[in-house]
Amino acid sequence: MVTIWNNQMQSGLMAFLNSLAALLFSFLLFALFLVLIGANPMEVFGYMIEGSVGSSFSIQNTIMMATPLLFVSFCTALPAKLGMVVIGGEGALVIGGLAAAIAGVALSSTGYVVTIIGMFLAAFIAGGLWISIVGYLKHFKGANETIVSLLLNYIAIALMNHFVEGSLRDPESLNKPSTYHIGTDKMLGVLPGMDIHYGTVIGIVIALVMYFLFHFTTFGFSVRIIGGNKKAAKLAGLTIEKVILVTFFLAGGISGLAGMVEVAAIHGRANASLVAGYGYTGILVSFLAKHNPLAIIPVTFLFGALTASNGLIQRRCELPDATMIVLQGIIFVTIIGWDAISSMLKLRLVKTA
Amino acid sequence: MDVGFWLIPLAIIGGAIRVSTPFLFVSLGECITEKAGRINLGHEGSLIMGAMTGYGISLLSGSAWVGIFAAGCMGSLFGLFHGWICSKKGVNDIAMGIAMMMLGTGLAFFFGKPLIKPTAPRMGDFSLAWFSSVPQVQQAFKINGLFIIGIILAILLYYGFKYTRWGMIVRLAGESEDAGTALGYNIKITRIIATASGSFLSGIAGAYLSLYYPGSWNEGLSSGQGLMAVALVIFARWKPVQCFTASLLFGGASALGPALQSAGFSSGYYLYNAAPYILTLFIIIGSVSKKKFNDAPAELHVAD
Repeated sequence: MVTIWNNQMQSGLMAFLNSLAALLFSFLLFALFLVLIGANPMEVFGYMIEGSVGSSFSIQNTIMMATPLLFVSFCTALPAKLGMVVIGGEGALVIGGLAAAIAGVALSSTGYVVTIIGMFLAAFIAGGLWISIVGYLKHFKGANETIVSLLLNYIAIALMNHFVEGSLRDPESLNKPSTYHIGTDKMLGVLPGMDIHYGTVIGIVIALVMYFLFHFTTFGFSVRIIGGNKKAAKLAGLTIEKVILVTFFLAGGISGLAGMVEVAAIHGRANASLVAGYGYTGILVSFLAKHNPLAIIPVTFLFGALTASNGLIQRRCELPDATMIVLQGIIFVTIIGWDAISSMLKLRLVKTA
Repeated sequence: MDVGFWLIPLAIIGGAIRVSTPFLFVSLGECITEKAGRINLGHEGSLIMGAMTGYGISLLSGSAWVGIFAAGCMGSLFGLFHGWICSKKGVNDIAMGIAMMMLGTGLAFFFGKPLIKPTAPRMGDFSLAWFSSVPQVQQAFKINGLFIIGIILAILLYYGFKYTRWGMIVRLAGESEDAGTALGYNIKITRIIATASGSFLSGIAGAYLSLYYPGSWNEGLSSGQGLMAVALVIFARWKPVQCFTASLLFGGASALGPALQSAGFSSGYYLYNAAPYILTLFIIIGSVSKKKFNDAPAELHVAD
């Protein structure tokens, strides 16, 4: 245990420094972009800091913006341990949110705890089954997991629209078709004296549990063996099907909880607000965190900070809202291409295998 | 002549023709890329950048065709970058595609802000329905130049891959990197050129969206046409001419919801919107389980 821990700490530290270098480089590129369009990078970075960690209000805002990402990143992070690229977080979030809203309305006559647990389970199971489709088709049919999960995103959004605009629509939601409200007394509460809701706490606990599960248990060990070499895993007598399906179920289930938290803590109902692109930012978070559940926590807060400071930058620097998408795009391209970029810059700190 | 009964099939045909062109271009683009052994999931980025650039240049130059050409060039710039960086060690082409999508979307939205209001010169069209004078039929068979160019391109690519030296080199890059290298070809450069030319086509697909149908620039313009490229090529079994049929089918499926709605069936409208994706999903499942991607270029790791 101790040697495993030491090895992991060491490779973790190297991976961290490598990602940090990539991140700094992408901010440098972004500064260059800002100079080219005639903006002042120092001013933009200043507002970025002020808008995300400048006050207790903005810190809480950052944490709130980070929370859905904390869950949905696992849709990419867990299958990545099997060597697969899954991009279905957006769909799993939507399906989870829809299931949670349905459960919330169905359990409206029961008590608070029953409703919350019901919504939690509904979202987890619905999201889990949704992404299990990807794992099933990948393993048993040989269908490419990236493309299947992408298609499922569109199908999930269409399914939600179908229910939200149709049989489950609250007739009072005129401008923005939504399901019925789960009831203001059933909403997920906030931490005492803060705006931060319990969803954030659940997310952090899940990240810790996943870190333990995938790094310190035999299950996690089998996942990494299968990710390394399927034939070797088979020879070692592992039940590959089970490990793949469980991993995909967990990935989808946790992403489904992102939808549940959005419904139970923010909107109170399922509607188009769930389709906010969290799923796609989650892919970026997962890659930046090198698919490490523990590293996902700080990385989500970084992206929460970008979202939280977006409004301030828009107003003060008179930049369009797409500025942050440009920054995210630059970060993403830099992270994915970092091996190539760093070797060109001769900056490579460590060869991460 | 009473057109009442024919309204639905007409709307689907019309929709298929109008909606299929961008699908045709992105799928031909991805077909070239994948034939060379690379997957580019970043067509969405090239497409959105193409849509924005095409609209802007059309506005500045006063000519839609100049805009289309500029859109292609912008697209191929994205492809060039993708092709180049993915030729380096340790860069995952699928993940890089998603990254390029995000970058392209961000840049297009950023620079496209001033283009939302003004009206750029659009592409013209003409009707193929010489056999009928009914306005609905005339409307349904309206096609524009890019549709024709797309069909010609599909046929040219079919012959190009099969009979030309260039086509052979691209296929060699896709089938066996080692054999290609042994024969003295630069596989790396081949793949970069293939990705860049493929993205030229997805840039044009974007210009079709902003300059013809729907025919304006806004941030909700693309509904993931670029992302569908990879699925369409699997659907088309890596055959250029089948890219055309796949795109028509996909366009027709996309037009199903609106067509039924216009005829008064609105109950499953949102489910019909999912029709093209469900269709693709089933075709992928059906085609892989039968024979393990025999048509796929061997260097392409799309099925393992």
